[in-house]
Amino acid sequence: MAESAVLHAYGYLTQPEVRFLDAAVERLIPTDNLGPGARDAGVTCYIDRQLCSAWGTHGRNYRSGPWLAGTPEQGFQSRLTPQEIYRIGIREINDYCRAQHDKLFEHLPAATQDQVLQALEKGKVELPSLSSKLFFDLLWRNTEEGYFADPMYGGNRGKVGWKLLGFPGVSSGAYSAHLDNPAPYRAEPVSILDIETKQAQVDAQGFAKHIMLKQAGGK
Amino acid sequence: MTTTKLKPVDAVVVGSGVVGSIICMELANAGLKVLCLERGRMIDPQTDFVMPYVQDELKYDRHSEIFQNLSRETITFRNNMSETALPMRELGSFKPGEMVGGTAAHWGCNARRFLPHDFEIRSKVTERYGKNFFPEDCTAQDWGVTFEEFEPYYDQFEHIYGVGGKAGNLNGAIQPGGNPHEGPRSREYPNPPTRRTPQGEVFAKAATELGYTPFQGPAAAMTRDYNNLYKVMLGECQRGGFCSSHVCSQGAKANPLTAVLPALYKKENFELRPLCNVIKVNTDSTGKQATGVTYIDARGREVEQPASIVVLATYCFNNTRLLLLSGIGKPYDPQTGRGVVGRNYSYQTGGRVHVFFEDREFNPFIGGGMVNTSIDELNGDLIDRSKLGFVGGAYIGCQSSGATPIKSKPLPHGTPRWGGEWKQAVAHNYRRAISLGIHGSCMSYRQHYLDLDPTYRDANGLPLLRMTFDWNKNEQKMLAWTYERVVEIAKAMKPAHYHAHAVPTKYSIVPYQSTHNVGGAVMGADPSTSVVNKYLQSWDVPNVFVVGGSAFPQNAAQGPTETIGMLACWAADGIKEVYLRKPGPMV
Repeated sequence: MAESAVLHAYGYLTQPEVRFLDAAVERLIPTDNLGPGARDAGVTCYIDRQLCSAWGTHGRNYRSGPWLAGTPEQGFQSRLTPQEIYRIGIREINDYCRAQHDKLFEHLPAATQDQVLQALEKGKVELPSLSSKLFFDLLWRNTEEGYFADPMYGGNRGKVGWKLLGFPGVSSGAYSAHLDNPAPYRAEPVSILDIETKQAQVDAQGFAKHIMLKQAGGK
Repeated sequence: MTTTKLKPVDAVVVGSGVVGSIICMELANAGLKVLCLERGRMIDPQTDFVMPYVQDELKYDRHSEIFQNLSRETITFRNNMSETALPMRELGSFKPGEMVGGTAAHWGCNARRFLPHDFEIRSKVTERYGKNFFPEDCTAQDWGVTFEEFEPYYDQFEHIYGVGGKAGNLNGAIQPGGNPHEGPRSREYPNPPTRRTPQGEVFAKAATELGYTPFQGPAAAMTRDYNNLYKVMLGECQRGGFCSSHVCSQGAKANPLTAVLPALYKKENFELRPLCNVIKVNTDSTGKQATGVTYIDARGREVEQPASIVVLATYCFNNTRLLLLSGIGKPYDPQTGRGVVGRNYSYQTGGRVHVFFEDREFNPFIGGGMVNTSIDELNGDLIDRSKLGFVGGAYIGCQSSGATPIKSKPLPHGTPRWGGEWKQAVAHNYRRAISLGIHGSCMSYRQHYLDLDPTYRDANGLPLLRMTFDWNKNEQKMLAWTYERVVEIAKAMKPAHYHAHAVPTKYSIVPYQSTHNVGGAVMGADPSTSVVNKYLQSWDVPNVFVVGGSAFPQNAAQGPTETIGMLACWAADGIKEVYLRKPGPMV
C-alpha cells in the first residue's frame, strides 16, 4: 500500500490505527482520474482531531443509563464513545481479517478490502464488542465529513473535496448579483483556513474575493 | 438545597427565542418590569458569528454548540405505547436551540402564514365531507380563533421580521405574482419578494404547464435594507448560504438576536438573565395563582423569582414539560382520552424529489435566505379530497438554500453509497441537480402524546419528557398522493433522471426532518381539549400564559415559525389589552 502523502502527529490514534484508517478511507473515497482520495486529503488526520475533541467522547450526548438496544427508529444507543468505537473496532476488524485472510486489513488487496467494508456495512461481520454496521456508519460519516469539511479540521487538503464538486467555499459578495444568472459560476475555492492564514483575500464585509476559473469552452 | 428568593417583577418570561423576545418587548413597551430567563448562554452576534467562521458546515450543522446540549437534558422516544422509550442520545430528527435567541436564531427564515382552513380544520372538513371523514383516532381540532382575527398579528410579525414576498390576496382581490390561495392579507409584505433562481425558473415553467401557479415563497432574509417595527436595521441578504443551522454574520436573517433584542436591551424596565434554567412554575396554596418560577443558575444555585405574570415561551417540549413538572393542568391520559397537558403532540411530514440534468448546470451554492419558488394548490382543501380519502396537504418548494458540501449532494437512485463510482457521481451531479421539497401537514392522534418519562432523568434529577409518536395512514396517503403530483412536475422538467424518496413507514428519530415539533399545550375553546384558551392563557392558573409551537392543536404544511411569532404578538396584545385591565380568567 502506498504511504499516505499526509504528514501528521496523532493525538489519539495509534500507528496501527492510522495505517488501518489510511487504507480504509482510501477505499471509501479512492484516488482516481478526478483527483486525490480520502487518504491524501488527510481524512485520517481529520478523524484523529475529531477524536481529540469533545465529540470524541460524545461530550454533548445524553450518556445516562439504563442502556438498552432499542429499535432502529430510536437511534444511537451504544454506550461506546467514538474514541472507543474506533479503538475497539479497528482491533477487532484486524483480528477478523487475520482469521479470514491471514493478513491485517491494510495488507489485503483492494478488492478484498472492499469486500470486508461491504460486509461491515451490512452488519455481516460478527465483532465481539460492537456492531460492525455501527463501526462502518461512523467511519463513512467521518470520511465524508473529513473530505468535504473546511481544511481547518485537517482533512480536505488542497480543498480536493470542494474542487471535485465545483464548490467555491467561503461565499463571495458577488453571489447576490449572480442569484438569477444562469451562467456557471466557477471559482478557485477559498477556505476559512485560507482566509485566516492570509492565503486568500476578503472584502469589507468579510466575503471571500474569488479568483474566477476559466470556463471549459472558453467562456 | 437552600433557595434564594429574589425581589418580584411584573412579568417573568421563560425563554428568549422568537416568542420570548417579542412578548418581552411588548410587555416592556406597556411599562411592565420584565425579566427574561434563558437557559442558554449570552450571545454577542458581533463576535460570536463572524465571517468567515460562520460558514463552517461541520461546526454548525454537525457539532453545533448552539443546539440543545443533550448531556444535560434530552427527551425519550418510542413509536408506540407498547415500547420502552429510550433517550434521544444524539441530535437527529430536529434541532432545538440553546442560547439567547433560542431555536429561531438558526431557523431557515421560511416565513409563511397558515391558511384560513388550517385554523378551522375540524369544522371545515366536517362541513364539506361529513363527520366520519377524519380517521377515528384523529384528535385534530379548531384553534378557537379564526384567520381573520389573527391577520393583524401576522401583519405585525411580518413587520418585525421584515418578511419579503408578494401578496397573492389583498383584502380579497387576487394579485398576480403572489400565492392566489393564501388568506386575504390587509396589506403588502413589508419587503419585495426574492428574485427567482434558474432552478426556480425550471420548476416554475414545468409547474405552470401543469396548471399550477408558482410564486416566490415569503422569507425573512432581507431583500433590501430594512428598518423594522422596533426601529432595528436589518441588512440585505447577500445569498451566501449557511442559513438554517447557522446564524447570519450579516444580520440579514431576522431572528430574536437581530430583529428584537437590540431594541429590548435599551429598555431600563427589561432584564435578560442567561444561564438560568427554569425548573418549575410555583403556585400558591390554592393552586389557582402562580407566584413566580424557580430556576437553577450557572453556579447550580436554586433561585426563586416571584412574578405577577408568568409566560412560558420555550420550545414545544419545554413548555409542556414545565407544566407537567409544575402540576399545572391535568396530564393527558391516552387510555381514557382525558386530560390535556401533553395531548395532541404533532410534527410535520416531508418528502423530496431529486431531479438530475445532463445538459444543464446550476450554481447550487448561491442562495440561502429561503430563496424558493413554490406552489400551494396541493395544500389546504383546494382539491376535493372526498375520493382521495385524506385530510391535509402540502406545499411544494424548489429552494436554493446554498448547497453545502457535506450534506447537500443528491445522487441518482442506484448510485453506490461509497467508492469510485460514488465519487464520479458526486462530481457529476452536484451542480446538475434540483431538489423539490414536499412540506406537509400532520394531524394529531389519540395515541401520540408527551408525558414524563418513568425512568430517565436530566442533569438536575428531574424526569425527561417522553414522546410517543409515529406516522399515521392519513399522512402516508397524503404524502403518497403528493409524491405522484410532484413526480409529474419532475417529469415535465425533462430531466435525465429523477427519483422520489419513499413514503416513510415508521417515524425515526435519526435523520434530520424538521425542527417543527408542535402541540402538547394546545389552545382552544374547550378546557376539556385544550391547555390554554384563545389568549394562550392557562385555563387552570390564569396568570400563566403558555405561548409557542406547543399551542398548535395539529400542524399545517407551512413552516411554523411565522405562526409562532404571530401567536407571540397575539398573546402579548391580549395580556396588554385585556388581562392587565382586569387580571383573571379572560374567557
